[in-house]
Amino acid sequence: MSIGLITLIVLGLAVLGFILGRQRALSAVGGDPRTLHSLPGYYGWSVFLFTAVPALLLLVTWAFVQPTALNSHVAGMIPAADVASYGSTQLVMADVRRIADGLDAVARNAGLDETGLAALRADLTDMRGRLAEVGVALGSNVAPSVLEAAKEYRSLSGTLRLGMALAVLLAALAGLGFALWRIDPRQRARNLVEQFTLVLLAGCSLIAVATTFGIVASLVVESVHFFKLYDFRDFFFSLTWSPRFGGGSELGLWPLVWGTLYVSFIALLVSVPVGLMAAIYLSEYAGKKVRAFAKPAIEILAGIPTIVYGLFALITVGPFLRDWFAQPMGLGSSSSSVMTAGLVMGIMLIPFVSSLSDDIINAVPQSMRDGSFGLGATRSETVKQVILPAALPGIVGAILLAASRAIGETMIVVMGAGAAAKLDVNPFEAMTTVTVKIVSQLTGDTEFASPETLVAFALGLTLFCFTLALNVVALVIVRKYREQYE
Amino acid sequence: MNDMRIADRTVSSDTAKMTARGVQVYYGENHALKDVDIDILGGTVTAFIGPSGCGKSTFLRCLNRMNDTVSIARVLGEIKLDGEDIYDKSVDPVTLRARVGMVFQKPNPFPKSIYDNVAYGPKIHGLTKSKAELDQVVETSLKKAALWNEVKDRLHAPGTGLSGGQQQRLCIARAIATSPEVLLMDEPCSALDPIATAQVEELIDELRSQFSVVIVTHSMQQAARVSQRTAFFHLGHLVEYGETGQIFTNPQDPRTESYITGRIG
Repeated sequence: MSIGLITLIVLGLAVLGFILGRQRALSAVGGDPRTLHSLPGYYGWSVFLFTAVPALLLLVTWAFVQPTALNSHVAGMIPAADVASYGSTQLVMADVRRIADGLDAVARNAGLDETGLAALRADLTDMRGRLAEVGVALGSNVAPSVLEAAKEYRSLSGTLRLGMALAVLLAALAGLGFALWRIDPRQRARNLVEQFTLVLLAGCSLIAVATTFGIVASLVVESVHFFKLYDFRDFFFSLTWSPRFGGGSELGLWPLVWGTLYVSFIALLVSVPVGLMAAIYLSEYAGKKVRAFAKPAIEILAGIPTIVYGLFALITVGPFLRDWFAQPMGLGSSSSSVMTAGLVMGIMLIPFVSSLSDDIINAVPQSMRDGSFGLGATRSETVKQVILPAALPGIVGAILLAASRAIGETMIVVMGAGAAAKLDVNPFEAMTTVTVKIVSQLTGDTEFASPETLVAFALGLTLFCFTLALNVVALVIVRKYREQYE
Repeated sequence: MNDMRIADRTVSSDTAKMTARGVQVYYGENHALKDVDIDILGGTVTAFIGPSGCGKSTFLRCLNRMNDTVSIARVLGEIKLDGEDIYDKSVDPVTLRARVGMVFQKPNPFPKSIYDNVAYGPKIHGLTKSKAELDQVVETSLKKAALWNEVKDRLHAPGTGLSGGQQQRLCIARAIATSPEVLLMDEPCSALDPIATAQVEELIDELRSQFSVVIVTHSMQQAARVSQRTAFFHLGHLVEYGETGQIFTNPQDPRTESYITGRIG
């Protein structure tokens, strides 16, 4: 039985449990729900949860533990000599699993039954050829011990799967029976459901937090590998970025960081004034009709995929800047430039800044505006002297969030700013950013243990630290802002 | 009405500071204020009383054109300040509001320092020539608002950090710093505790030597304590307007009497 089918059966049992539990609770009090501690539905839910939750938890645990346990058992069957010819246990086990999966197809192809399959011998049959016929291509001939292991793997995993189905269904039935048995008019079914809700919600937030830690951990581990191969002083203090896959590369961080900061700076230079003023117009000046149209229209910008912005940069903005600004001023002849990427990214960030600032400006109490108007201030004086100072911490938070997006942006930079790592102040030169280099170091057919690829993780970690610091600053400011009106 | 402390009913002038004739206010379809005629005297505290939704705050907001900031509000009729129609096209509502100041129901200090809160009006209207003069205005206003002694050592602390009563007095100081001719107060004590209320009431009495004060209040005791003239509003009509003592002791209209004795409201 597949995992999906088992889940469906368990859920079906749980629904049945819900109906039975509700009925049982009602019949226990002679059909008068007022004498129950909780609403009848809560008794139904309590049975549902007792049926589904332990069974599904068991299912998940089993599904995780089974492959590991199976691997270590089967790996023990293969003599060390055979392992050595494959290179490592992992590689042998990969083949064992593929052969085990292929055996079914082989059996079907040759019309063999279970006994026939068990009688297959690697030294008598051409297993490699037979498996290739059914689409399982192997790198070498199948050693007898490997075939035996594969057979064992196949039969054992079949048994275990059956065991899992039985255990899960038993757990579900036991839960169902237990929950039905304990239904009683005084039982606090409502509180039980409430507790489950709490656990569910806490679990979901735990997933988000745990994922963050998982990502950081994987970055850190790979970065440590990198720093074992490459001196951290060269990484942090060298001003040259020239990776050579033949060896002897210089992997200095600064050209990339400079490119990232330069592009982000231009992007913010575009997006912050435009976005902020748009937000002020929308929240303080625009009438209801204008606002109802303009706000969604601006937010459409946020819905455009960054690759489309990238195309816009590559085809329209880049050549335009080159032909009208860079070449006439003698500043360069490249259509990929920091300016191109920065401008387009700035346009992309406008809705971020404007939408967040708009919300923050709207959160400034109306009494502030009244107070200022009541003293004879005009609208723009009110905005400048009262609204913006009151909203400033929130607006700074919005800008920092936009900044961390700008730092992490990749596509627009690839297409707009080029891929040359340079330390230059001319905005019409092609430069590149950390994110672009992460992509280019990891794509392609390269060995995954060289400093040239592992540097991507160190770069990723650096970037993560940058955006994390920005986000922390943003959060602190936003929190400070909240205290002001509560 | 036994606790009425009718201290001083004399009115320092008989000249009308503001006059209203046939004022109608519509909020969209809703006819909120019907045909109000009133003369607000100079150097007087005028109280507007009446049940909730009777139009007293609406009328107050007509007097400095704060209703202009409400898009659906429409004001008809004539309101004059010193004989000049304030709804005339030639009148800039912004300068009008500098002459007719306003204090709101809830204290609403700006999230700035105490000093900057008070200096806000003089700064935007360019009332002072030098920093020293501005300092002087701030100090005088805070003294008039009876707040100076409490805040003189922390003028650069945020105004939002003061207590509720202090915040309201700060808002009063802020309003009088632009030296208005009329001061409108929309239930200025409704968010304050009794002690702070008493302080603000005392202040209102002192302020009338320099401004006409118009105060909207829900508390009839407060109206009786601080005002010389009282206007009773009911369902958008100005029912009765006259000398405060007379309104409270010998009302002419049966509706006023019912309200004062607690039968409607």
